[in-house]
Amino acid sequence: MPILELTAVSKSFGALVVAEDIGFSVEPGEALGIIGPNGAGKSTLFNLINGNYPVASGTICFDGRDVTHQPPMQRCLSGMGRTFQIPQPFERLTVFENLLVAAAFGAQEKESQVTDLCADILVETGLIAKANRPASALTLLERKRMELARALATQPKLLLLDEIAGGLTEGECRQLVATIKRVHQRGVAVIWIEHVLHALTAVVERILVLNFGRVIGIGDPETIMASSVVREIYLGMEV
Amino acid sequence: MTTGFNSIRTEIEQPQAWRVETRTRLSGAIAVVAIVAVAVLAAAPVFVSRGVVQDLFFILTMLTLAQNWNLLAGYAGLISVGQQLFVGCGAYALFGLVILGGLDPILAIPIAGLLAMLVAVPTAFFSFRLYGPYFAIGTWVIAEVGRLLFAQWKMLGGGTGTSLPREATKDMLGLSLLQDWFGMRASAAADALAYWLALALATLTIGLVYKLLRSKQGLGLAAVRDNENAARAIGVDARRLKTAIYLLTAFLTGVVGALIYLQKARISPDAAFSLTDWTAYVVFIVVIGGIGTIEGPILGVLVFFLLQNAFSNYGSWYLLALGALAIVIMLFAPRGLWGLISDRTGWELFPVRRLLKGGPPIKTDKGGPHG
Ligand SMILES: Nc1ncnc2c1ncn2[C@@H]1O[C@H](COP(=O)(O)OP(=O)(O)OP(=O)(O)O)[C@@H](O)[C@H]1O
Ligand SMILES: [Mg+2]
Repeated sequence: MPILELTAVSKSFGALVVAEDIGFSVEPGEALGIIGPNGAGKSTLFNLINGNYPVASGTICFDGRDVTHQPPMQRCLSGMGRTFQIPQPFERLTVFENLLVAAAFGAQEKESQVTDLCADILVETGLIAKANRPASALTLLERKRMELARALATQPKLLLLDEIAGGLTEGECRQLVATIKRVHQRGVAVIWIEHVLHALTAVVERILVLNFGRVIGIGDPETIMASSVVREIYLGMEV
Repeated sequence: MTTGFNSIRTEIEQPQAWRVETRTRLSGAIAVVAIVAVAVLAAAPVFVSRGVVQDLFFILTMLTLAQNWNLLAGYAGLISVGQQLFVGCGAYALFGLVILGGLDPILAIPIAGLLAMLVAVPTAFFSFRLYGPYFAIGTWVIAEVGRLLFAQWKMLGGGTGTSLPREATKDMLGLSLLQDWFGMRASAAADALAYWLALALATLTIGLVYKLLRSKQGLGLAAVRDNENAARAIGVDARRLKTAIYLLTAFLTGVVGALIYLQKARISPDAAFSLTDWTAYVVFIVVIGGIGTIEGPILGVLVFFLLQNAFSNYGSWYLLALGALAIVIMLFAPRGLWGLISDRTGWELFPVRRLLKGGPPIKTDKGGPHG
């Protein structure tokens, strides 16, 4: 049984169609990459999957249940974690508290039970030195890292990552890939939207290509990268 | 700011164990000061004049209203300008229960709070459909409707209002005890009793707010305050939290309303549902003191009391000046007077920060205790 299954999902903003008849599924523990040009509807797809936006039509099943009409809170509690492309920190809380609240609510634990979990994630994501700083004091790259850390703190079965590798140095990127691989190896399913293709292909088993709100290809990374549609979309970009 | 957070714990811990601390260096001293302050305030009616007791009563009831509005607006993000609805409902419920139901006024106070909370159930249903400024306007409109409805209640004097009969209050629960113990005259004993209830209520409210903010729900509330979308995405039930806070503050505000009008012993719809008295002043107190802190309203109510004493004879000029002062503070010190103080000194009288301490040695950019 797939962990996530979308059937004929559609959505538009006014006249702009951002998702059209989207259908695909992700197996438990699988890592799926999503690529596509700017404005293709990738982030919107995440907002539909986690319930931030309602779908216009179609169904979304998560972990064997129809969650199409569930609010984001409910989907998180059933094991869906996400990051936001534009980081959304709790600015007046410290970095540690950002994770604490995610772990306490998302994983439905007592506050006192999740100290070690949060500390470990902070070490893993390289934020431990900033643990007691207010999140408002973080740089953009640190905020992105905290997005990942906070999503991990909810202890998800499915992790949705939205462009978290942009702007990193090569060393930082390698670290990030290692972190995501470790999470993936623990059995967490991952869907990763990423423009940094070499980072993406180092982790994912399949890639889905999105353009103008439509799925125009899904398959293993080599086939997708070699396909003419992708070459056309990414024309001039280094693959 | 960091210096104020440093822990006073010195015993040697296992180097690997992480732990969370919320206490600060000042916590112990502050707890002592708080207990002494409450004790001194509790003893006041025995030593000071009736006029001072009435002033203190005013300060404490305004403080309780301010703490409630701060919880609602500063933490739950519900900028209501209709809290006078619950003051009025609590007050009218008290008068109704005492005059028409023959209940002891002291017993009627908590019931009045419950009735105010009951009123909050349908108003939550309507106003929670509205966001931001529409929510504010919605709460105000509902409060106006409340005022107009109570003005129709002929048995309680309609638009002109009514008074609490002396017979109803002269045998109030506990009153004769006070007269016997402290040798007070009946009127002084009634003031003292109301004052002690106000002190208990203010202390209880601050304690409750502080306990809430340090709990898991309080952490969730802070997340909702900072970013509701992100809070929902990590599993916080923002709507339930806000509703709970709305109902809780309606209850407490109703209780304060009942207490204030028990002491005034005269009610009218215009006074009990007054936007100026029960919301505008309260917002002023919270804003100049510092919204989103427990310390802010405490500081704010003292400033407000001093201004009120010095300038309230100037009528509408006084209100204009209050408004201007609030705007200046909002522009130049958005975190209020307490924000200015805590930025300078790092003080926190009610620390809620969860600080991660211990663990293996970490290299930090500032050195820190581990090197
Ligand atoms: N809330 C919204 N209201 C109206 N239009 C929106 C909204 N959110 C996104 N859009 C539009 O929908 C389209 C798809 O946006 P989306 O953010 O999903 O793209 P994306 O594939 O994530 O792009 P990028 O790679 O730049 O992040 C864009 O044209 C965008 O302007
Ligand atoms: Mg995007």
